Parts: sequence; structure tokens; C-alpha cells
Amino acid sequence: MRVGIGLPNTVPETAGDSILGWARKAEELRFPSVGVLDRIVFDSYEPFVTLGAAAAVTDRIRLVTMIVIAPIRSTALLAKQAASLDRLSGGRLTLGVSIGAREDDYEATEIDPRRRGRRFSEQLATFRAQWEEHAVGPRPARDGGPELLVGGSSGQAFARMARYADGYVHGGGPPRAFAGAAARARAAWSELGRPDSPRLWGQGYFALGAEAVERGAEYLRRYYAFTGPFAEKIAAANLTSPQAVKDFVRGYEEAGCDDLVLLPTTSDLSQIDRLAEALG
Amino acid sequence: MRIVIVGGGPAGLYFGLLMKKVDAAHEVTVLERNPPDATFGWGVVFSEETLGALRDADRPSFDEITDTFAKWDAIDVRYRGETVRSRGHAFSAIARKRLLAILQRRCADLGVKVHFEREVPDLSALAGADLVVGADGVNSMVRRVLEASFRPTYEVHRTRFVWFGTDLVFKAFTFIFRGNEHGLFQVHGYPFDAATSTFIVECPEETWRRAGLDDASEDDSIAYCEKLFADDLGGHSLLSNRSLWINFVTLRCDTWNHGNVVLLGDAAHTAHFTIGSGTKLAMEDAVALAGSLERYPDVSTALTMFEMERQPVVERFQQAALESAAYFENVKRYADFEPIQFAFNLLTRSGRITHLELEKRDPDFVARVDGWFASHAAGSGHRVGGLVSPPPMLTPARSRGVDVTNRVALSLQSKDDAVEGVPSSDLRTRLVDAARSGAGLVLTEPVAVLADGRITPGTPGLYGDGQLEAWRMIVDDVHRVGDGRIGIRLTHAGARGATRPRREGVDRPLRAGAWPLLAASDVPYTARSQRPRAMSLEEMQDVLQAFIDAASRAMLAGFDLLEFELSHGYLLAGFLSPLTNRRGDEYGGSRENRMRYPLEVVSAAVRGWPSDRPVAARLTASDWAPGGFDVEDASVVAGALRQGGCSLIEVAAGQTVEHDRPDYGRFFLVPFSDRIRNDRGIPTLVGGNLTTRDEVNTILAAGRADLCVFSG
Repeated sequence: MRVGIGLPNTVPETAGDSILGWARKAEELRFPSVGVLDRIVFDSYEPFVTLGAAAAVTDRIRLVTMIVIAPIRSTALLAKQAASLDRLSGGRLTLGVSIGAREDDYEATEIDPRRRGRRFSEQLATFRAQWEEHAVGPRPARDGGPELLVGGSSGQAFARMARYADGYVHGGGPPRAFAGAAARARAAWSELGRPDSPRLWGQGYFALGAEAVERGAEYLRRYYAFTGPFAEKIAAANLTSPQAVKDFVRGYEEAGCDDLVLLPTTSDLSQIDRLAEALG
Repeated sequence: MRIVIVGGGPAGLYFGLLMKKVDAAHEVTVLERNPPDATFGWGVVFSEETLGALRDADRPSFDEITDTFAKWDAIDVRYRGETVRSRGHAFSAIARKRLLAILQRRCADLGVKVHFEREVPDLSALAGADLVVGADGVNSMVRRVLEASFRPTYEVHRTRFVWFGTDLVFKAFTFIFRGNEHGLFQVHGYPFDAATSTFIVECPEETWRRAGLDDASEDDSIAYCEKLFADDLGGHSLLSNRSLWINFVTLRCDTWNHGNVVLLGDAAHTAHFTIGSGTKLAMEDAVALAGSLERYPDVSTALTMFEMERQPVVERFQQAALESAAYFENVKRYADFEPIQFAFNLLTRSGRITHLELEKRDPDFVARVDGWFASHAAGSGHRVGGLVSPPPMLTPARSRGVDVTNRVALSLQSKDDAVEGVPSSDLRTRLVDAARSGAGLVLTEPVAVLADGRITPGTPGLYGDGQLEAWRMIVDDVHRVGDGRIGIRLTHAGARGATRPRREGVDRPLRAGAWPLLAASDVPYTARSQRPRAMSLEEMQDVLQAFIDAASRAMLAGFDLLEFELSHGYLLAGFLSPLTNRRGDEYGGSRENRMRYPLEVVSAAVRGWPSDRPVAARLTASDWAPGGFDVEDASVVAGALRQGGCSLIEVAAGQTVEHDRPDYGRFFLVPFSDRIRNDRGIPTLVGGNLTTRDEVNTILAAGRADLCVFSG
């Protein structure tokens, strides 16, 4: 299992150069990937723009959306952005897409949330065709487009993943929750008749160092405020000690995760060093 | 801290006393609406695990509780006049009244203020408290007042049950099944002190009405049950304590805490009584909440951490309880089981206890089960075992004249690497390797009966003599390497044809070289799929002929088993489902019409197949879509397929339409298999998120399927 790191693109009030600094430093410390989240109605950076900037200041690191909310975007525009980023970065994009969880992001983008499931399926059926047929350029670095992951926890999400994508991206939680989702992902893959097995991506939040813990929890409460009482649980599950990080990583590895991305909850650059140290 | 607990049941009292132990300075008040000795219900059951938690939490009450415990380690299943006993289960029970008395006294000793006959109408009176605990049971006032925050949901179960006591002292946790002209009744009975047992009677709603119990008085109900269970009671009587026939309600909440208010026990969640865990969960909640408040000084954090610790545990129990409840709701389905298998099925009903777990608890019992399975189970046909028996998974099976050395089938993944329908040498190697792996039966990937019936250009076929030769060599190789059997899955892709190799995704239409598609009706599979042509009667005849020809080639190639694909939205399945079949002729409309063509195909094709070799159908058990084909339909079609010459049903689900709502959870196909097998008495093959040998042994021994399939 590889362990990558998130960029603080959804941590409010993060300075632009701080994002670039993160990307540079993550590559310097040999993290295999940087991940970004997606949110519209929030003090956050747009994922493709963020990863485009990160691509400009790095050479090797994989650029991952975990996830981009697909239905709120135009299908062709999303396909074009992804192809552009993939081409600009020399084939470093892993595109995770999902439906997202917030109605206000749909309202703000003027998309009817009631049709989002069907729209998402249609988008998934369309992306690949657009990349392959080069109807929407540029030609992605890889034949058939960037590595495509689908997220979500419903049976439909697993079926879409198995039908259209290369792998599954989990939305976070303890290793046991990931293991359950991974079993469903594999079952769906096999049911749909795909050869081999899906790539499995996981994620978790961390805040290391005494001064980061409370700020991290505060951010998570705010970011997940729309989930109601669940926000407290997410904040409480933040990985706040090297031991907690190690246990989490081991749990994910045992559950069969291929790539785990640990997402920061404060934008302080020293978090990268601390994580690298915790991972050993 | 000022703590007010609404409800003086086990959860409230236990939490109260634990908080006093955490810090004697806490001011703890319990408000109970009833008088101290007015309790309802009889005995409550605890497992070893719960007792460990209670011992660690409060030794004095633990000692007192366990002093008066009724303890036993056996479960008796009394069915068809025979009692099957299994041991090693380690239960304890105590009279609820006695438990409350112990906890009340312990509360008094520690300085918890318990006020009886104190009704709390709403939360306004409790405004000054630092923490308000709603331990006020399933009809909780606290939950009702804050309903908008807790967001409870209620699931009402279909059976009726009543809690009686009896002066008969059972020697084991006892399940009794008795039928009469009104239907089947079951008893859940267990002792809880030296003189008394709990005696719960449960039956389906219809049975309850037929028996006239819907307007029977309490005395009439007792008289009815005493008569029905006269042999079991042996002269003892049933005791009543406001014993009313009710429906169980499973309660779930989105969250159990709001501000400084938290729910505990039955106020927060219920789990069907057939796994006997209400009091256990309630007292464990109390331990966890007290522990969390001790660790986290901030009440809101403590409540969140409490919920994070307990919610997954409770959900697991609720899931198991639902499985258990479903078993008892449908127990009539197992009426033909022999007592030993009936008992094994009952013990493993909730998914928590498996073949392996029972083996640990009672090896002799499992040896009897395995012995019975090896010598008697449907399809064994070997009459081996008894003293020394293989586990069910390794028990041979016989289908018609074909012996299979064990009950594991391996189904190969499609690599889409055939050329013009001729299986590749890689496929040959993979099939031979699969046979070497030890699986009793190897199943090919779908094999097309026509070139235009392929799923992708790389789908293997059996529509020409070159293909026949290639398959004959594969079958010979498989037979040469061991005792493994090989089955072929005959398919016509229908609306799902002419797609790209599945390494690039599924149902993605070919960019070039697509052939025209045929289906029951002209419904494209996805928004981008080619629109198929609704088959004419002539085209239906051609495809039927293709299945006949492929079946006879399969015979010539030497396959041991022939399987027809009637699932996943391929051509024949497309006829079955009202979502994909919109025909106006005698092949569309009613279920009978929709199943007509698939049955014509199967019946015609098996005529050329040797009668001593098995025939299977892979059948959709549910479309997982509103208005679609469901397990009821599947059960009827399975019965008709059996008439039409099938000896085995492989259970499948979903993919009839692209926008279905599948469920890929653990064992997702097993309940369908259970239903089809035991409603119709037809052997089944089941797969779907099965991963361990223990799962396979459990499913087979419990009679939920006859063979299990893994994908490889």
C-alpha cells in the first residue's frame, strides 16, 4: 500500500502559495500522491485548478481528486479539464468522481439534485468515450483517459464503479468500514464480470502536534456541519498522534487498500514533516 | 455534575450507580414513573461477554446478580416431536424484578436519589441539569420531545408475540415448534430462577387471527397456549403479567445525543427479542456512557465518543436481530427439514454463530450435523460418513448421474480473449488450473450460442465445429487432471451484446464492428447502448435452434453440466422481466407469458442433452428495481424450470437494467437461494460476496444452498 498526503485545498483561509509549498514539499518528502477534495459553497480551492498549480511545481507526484462532484459540472467540460490536467502533468492524474453529499453545492451550481444519480451514470458512460474519440481534446496522456475512480457507499455507487471505472475511492472511516466497502467493491466488480480486481483507494484525516489538534477538530466540525451530529464523530476520529496514524495505516493495509491518502486538517506546512515522521 | 436520569429500568439505574462510583460528588437523580416493585416481563438473559463487562464495571452488583442467576449451557430445539440439544452456549438469566431490586439497593447505598411514581411530562423540569439521560424505554418521552434531533425510525415486525411465565423450569434455552389447524407457533423458553421460566409464544399474524387470539382475553390466550403446548408443559401452567399479544418494533435513531441529552438502552434502539439482547445492550450502554464521561471532561465530547463506541456494536446486533426475526417469520419454509438440520439452521439464523463457532462450542453436535449431511443431505447420494465425516463443503454431491467431489464451484472471470468464438489457449490453461485447484465443479464464462449473441468480440462461442473441437480438448484436459467436473454456461447477450472488452468497462458499446442486437423488446441497455430490435417470432425460433445446437455440441464436447443464462439482463432474462419485456404477444405481459420463451428454449435444448447429466439455470432472483422481477417470480420460474428439465438453479440478482439498486453486502444472494431452494425443493448454487470456508460450511449445513460458487 502507498500512503499519500492531501493538499489543504478545503481548509479555510489557506494562502495560495501555501498550497504550492505543500505540493513541493510533499514531492520532496517522496509522498507518492497528493489528493484534493471538492466543495462549492465553502472557503475552498477548486480541485482541478489546485492540482493544475500543483502539477506546475512538481514532476513526479500523482495528482488525485478524492473526489470531484461530477453531476454539478458539465460532462464535456469536466472531461476536458481532466484531459487537460492529465496531459499538462504528463499523465499524473487519478480522477475520483462521485455524487457528493451536499444539496447546497447543487443549488449553487443550478443542478437539480433529484436527477443526480441518473446524470452521474450518463456522465460516466460519456467521459471515456469523449477521451477516446478525442472529440473533446486534448488527447489524454493515457489511451482511454486518466485512471478513473468512483466513490459513494450505495449499491448503485458500487455498480457504477464496477461498470465504468478502474477502482473505488472510499469516503473515509475506520479500517473496518473500509474493509466492508472493499468487500462490496470486489463483489460488484466480480458480479459485473470485470477481469482482475478494482484498485482500492482510502482516505483519513490527521492533525499532528498539540497546536494542530483543536484547530483540526474545529475545521472538521465546520466542514461536516451539514451532516448534523455526525460532524462530531468525524472530528473525534481525526488522527492526532503518530500511534493513531500507524494503527490506521496498518488497518487499511490489512483491509486490502492499494492507496491511502491522509488529508490535513490544518494548512501548516510542518504537518507534512510530522506525517512523514509518523509514517517512519 | 448534576445528572438527571429519566427511567428507572436496568439502564437508568445501572448508569446512575456507575456515575456515583466515578465521582461520589456527582448529584444523580433517577425519576421513575412506576412504583419500585411494579415491573413487567419475566427473566432477562445475559451472555458471558456481557457478564465480563458487568464484573469490571461494578463488582458488588455483579456478585449479587450472579448469585441468583439461573445458568445453563444448552439450547434445545424441539421440533416434530424430537429434541435436538446443542451445548456450550453459556447463558445466564435473572428475574427482571430481582435485577431491579439489586440495582435499586445498590443505588441507595451509593447515594443515587431514586424517585418512584414520578412522571416527567417533558424536559422543561430538567433544565438545571448538566446531563439528562433518557433511559425511559421504547416509548421514551425524551426521544419523543427531541424527535427532530434524534430522528427515530420504526420497523414493525409481522409476527405477534406474548410474554408469559411458567412454573416449569426449563433445563436449557428451549425452542418449541408446534402446529395445529391454525398454523405454526413457536416458543422461546428459558429458566431465570429456581422456580420459573420465561415462555414467549410467537406466531404469524394470520395464524394469530385464525386462532381467534386477536379478540381473546388474557385468560383465553393462556388457555389456548396451555392446550397447544400441553405436552411441553407437562402439567405446569402459564403465568400472566399484563401479557398482551404485540408486534415487535425495531427502533433506530440517527443519533442518540443532542446537547446535554443522551438516550440509553431501549429508548435509543431495540433489537428483536429472538436474540435476547435488550437488557444486555442497555446495561452495556450504561457502562460505555459512564466510561466516556469519566475519560472526557467535556459532556458533549463524552456523548459523541460514547455514541461512536456503541453505535457500531448496536448496529451489528440489530442486523443479527433482523436476520433472526426474518428466520422466525419464515420458519414454515423449513417444515420439511429433518430435526438435526432444522436445529443447525435455527442456531445459525442470525449470522453470528457459524459452523466453526458451533464446532468450538459443541464439537459432538457439529460432528452429528456433518455426519448427517454427508449421509443424508439432498444430493449427497453417497451414504458415507457418520463416524468420520468431511465438513459440508467437502462432502461429495451427485446431480443426476454426475458425481462432484465437493460442493465448491469455481466460475472463471471473462478475459474476452476468444477469437471468432474460439476459446484461447490462455482460457484453456485457466480452466485446467481451476480444475487443479480442487474445486469440484468449474464453470466457464458465458459462452455464446450465436456469433451475434456474443457479449464482446472476445466472448467464446459454441456455434461452430471449430469451437466444438477447441472445447472438446479443454474438457478432455480438465477430466485428465483430476476428478473435477466442468460446466458450460450457454448465453445469448441480447441487449447487452456488441460491447467492448470488459477490461475497459462494462456495457460500453463497440466503436466499430458492432453487430445488430436482438432482445425481447427494443429497450437499449444504457443511454449510449445500441437500440436492440424486438425479436420476431422467426428470430425467436432461430435463437431457440441455436440453443438446441449449442447444447448438443456441449454434449459432444463432453461437458458434465449444461447451464442456461437467465440472469443479468441477457437475452433470455430480458424476456422474464417486465422492465425489459414490453411485448404485446403471448411472450409478454403476464408472468406466465414472460417466462414462456425462456422455458421453451430450455425445454427444447435439454432434449438433446443426456438425461444422466445435470442441467442448471442461472436465474435472476430480483431485478433490484421498482416494478421488476422479484424473488416471488423467481420462485415460480424456478419451479417451472424444474418441470422443464433443470436440476439446479444458480441464483443471481440485478443487472436487468443499468439503473438498478443492488446490494452487495455479505452473502447478498444467500437469502434468495434459501427462499428458492426451500420453497421449491430445488437444489441451488449460490455465490456473491462469500469469502471463507466457514461461510460455505454454514450455508450448506443450514440448507440455504447445495453448492457454493466462487469467482476466480
